[in-house]
Amino acid sequence: MSNILIYPIIIPLLMAMVLVFFREKIRLQQWLTSISVLAVIAISAFTVYHVSEQGISVLELGGWSAPYGIVLVGDMLAVILVTVASFVTLMCLLFGFNSFEIGHKRHFVYPMILILLAGVNGSFLTGDIFNLFVFFEVMLIASYVLIVLGGKKIQLRESIKYVLINVIASTLFVIATGYLYSVTGTLNMAHLSERVAMASLDGLLTAISFLYLTVFGLKSGLLLFFWLPGSYSAPPAPIAALFAALLTKVGVYTIIRMFTLIFYHNPEVTHTVMMWMAAITMILGALGAISQWEIKKILSYNVIVSVGFILFGVSIATEQSLSGSLFYLIHDMLSKALIFITGGAIISIFGTDKLKEFSGLILFRPLLGWLFFIGVLALAGVPPLGGFVGKVMILKGAVAEGELIVSIIGLLTSLLVLYSVMKIFIHSFWGETLMSEGQEYSTGTNALLPGTILVVCIAGMGIGAEWIMTFISQATDVMVNPNIYIEAVLQQISP
Amino acid sequence: MKFTDVYLQTATKILVFIIMTFSIYVLFAGHNNPGGGFIGGLITASALILLYIAFDLQSVRDIIPVDFKKLAATGVLIAVLTGVVSLVLDVPFLSQTYTYVDLPFLGKTELASAMIFDLGVYLTVLGTTMTIITSISEDDI
Amino acid sequence: METFIIIIAGILFTIAVYLILNKNFLRIILGVTLFSHATHLMLIAINGLKKGNAPLLSEHGEIYTDPIPQALILTSIVISFALTALLLVLGYRTYIELGTDNMKKLRGESHE
Repeated sequence: MSNILIYPIIIPLLMAMVLVFFREKIRLQQWLTSISVLAVIAISAFTVYHVSEQGISVLELGGWSAPYGIVLVGDMLAVILVTVASFVTLMCLLFGFNSFEIGHKRHFVYPMILILLAGVNGSFLTGDIFNLFVFFEVMLIASYVLIVLGGKKIQLRESIKYVLINVIASTLFVIATGYLYSVTGTLNMAHLSERVAMASLDGLLTAISFLYLTVFGLKSGLLLFFWLPGSYSAPPAPIAALFAALLTKVGVYTIIRMFTLIFYHNPEVTHTVMMWMAAITMILGALGAISQWEIKKILSYNVIVSVGFILFGVSIATEQSLSGSLFYLIHDMLSKALIFITGGAIISIFGTDKLKEFSGLILFRPLLGWLFFIGVLALAGVPPLGGFVGKVMILKGAVAEGELIVSIIGLLTSLLVLYSVMKIFIHSFWGETLMSEGQEYSTGTNALLPGTILVVCIAGMGIGAEWIMTFISQATDVMVNPNIYIEAVLQQISP
Repeated sequence: MKFTDVYLQTATKILVFIIMTFSIYVLFAGHNNPGGGFIGGLITASALILLYIAFDLQSVRDIIPVDFKKLAATGVLIAVLTGVVSLVLDVPFLSQTYTYVDLPFLGKTELASAMIFDLGVYLTVLGTTMTIITSISEDDI
Repeated sequence: METFIIIIAGILFTIAVYLILNKNFLRIILGVTLFSHATHLMLIAINGLKKGNAPLLSEHGEIYTDPIPQALILTSIVISFALTALLLVLGYRTYIELGTDNMKKLRGESHE
């Protein structure tokens, strides 16, 4: 028993509810939000340390022991992601404090962001598949409100599609869980893993695993990403950054969890299909990114490409490629936040997101220009930065397994990604300056602080890769060898 | 829109109390019998909606001057804080306990910590439902 | 009996998919609602109907029905209730702001 795992969920939730009572006091809301997110970061960082020293920590909610009650499981994968997610939320908040409109601030934007964070952290930490659904819904309902907040025409239009897609995906999630329960008779993930390993119903379980792959494919943008570019370009920049950095990544996390812990018995079918889904996702996402001429659309398509790349590593399912995937996942959360924050600042400076109307920003905003440039390099995976390490590990793992074609696809799409974001850089920072002296001189400055912090983190990930790998390899151990997870959760129970 | 229907209004005045009493019963029966905070909250909400239908929005608001958003937030706070108590006592989050006490008039009564949690759920459901319904119906075209 | 319920759930799924593929937003919302109802019906049938007593403390029976599917359904009903409310508010706002409930006209134009 360790109650420490519950704090990343209840601190944001409690604070969100407290903030409802201070609707008009925006300054106070900002302070309370920052303090609570900082507290979550501190606690989850401590949890990472705790888990690295003492192994997986398990919290049995209400004292009900494992397969009967709901458990929260903090293995390394989960607690690392909780820490990074809370950190990224803080960065998006720092960017958002001055760039939200007043209508947003009065309509509970901060409580909603906190509830979103509680949902995300809960999804990472839970060890019960139906509880995962519930936390997913908490996160999604907050995101529905955030995407429509402000009520512009484009937001209303896109949010309808976003809500519909997600509602249907969630219903499919319930159906899949119902099937899985009727086959195995349990909902606890560790227990599920055990029962699935013992069951002899291969065909049925493979079918259920494909249903899950569809559900999480819809949520994470794996192949079924048609809804993503539109929805992610509708909300204001700080919220788009939050969505890009967190929401699809939760879907990716669940795919990693499900297909390393529960459905790892039939990899020649499930993992091969997943690999080709990832390959097609990378190709289509990259083509979409180079064909667009609006910043938000280009960046949204880049979200899709990176989801494809991470899940390519997951589908290889060797120790090396899984470590690479996790490394790249963390890096991608940071770099997507960076590029969306700096991109949002560029949009707010020009007041439009059409690339062809941009020009010559480097004179006025040199720091912003360099931050964006580093973001571009990070996305493409240029050596000193973190993305390089992850990409190399995924590709090495893939080549060792003989998956040359998809590896080449992965490399080529990285080049296309580089081209697509470089296009933004060239159009917005090079060329003649269209802005007159002093025009909108104050805009875009609120991206500098979070941007700088994120750049430092991304560079630190590349330089300190060895140190980070000690944590990641502990997470990968659990992924490669699910028995560690099962034993930690079901200590007292014999199967 | 002011609309008067004597039958509806007279019936409502009586019915509301019956529905409310029943909802309270359902709420307290909740933790080991059918019922509970969710259903209790919905039944109370239905009583309030009956009031809204029989009388108009403004006069009901004068009688019940409650901000339903804050009511919902209070509910969530109560529900989560019952869990926080178990953090303070250093037992797993959401642990529950119960005891029997002799209350005046009621005799030997079971008091459970799940009860307080249910109360939170009740307030949340009531607050959310009423927020949704009033925010749709307030909007005049 | 389970077969019967499953068939009903199947019919509901069919109707729901038909409604969701409609252009009219109100029908889509109704379709989504039906979709979740069909799911709940399927969930309750999936583990067998009424195998024993109701899983309550006051029912002193030998065997009890598995309460987990019912708990899942209750949770799922609560969530779909919230989502339906949200979809209705969203659809209403969209109708007021954009003046249409036809999904075809909500596709978006390039000049925005």
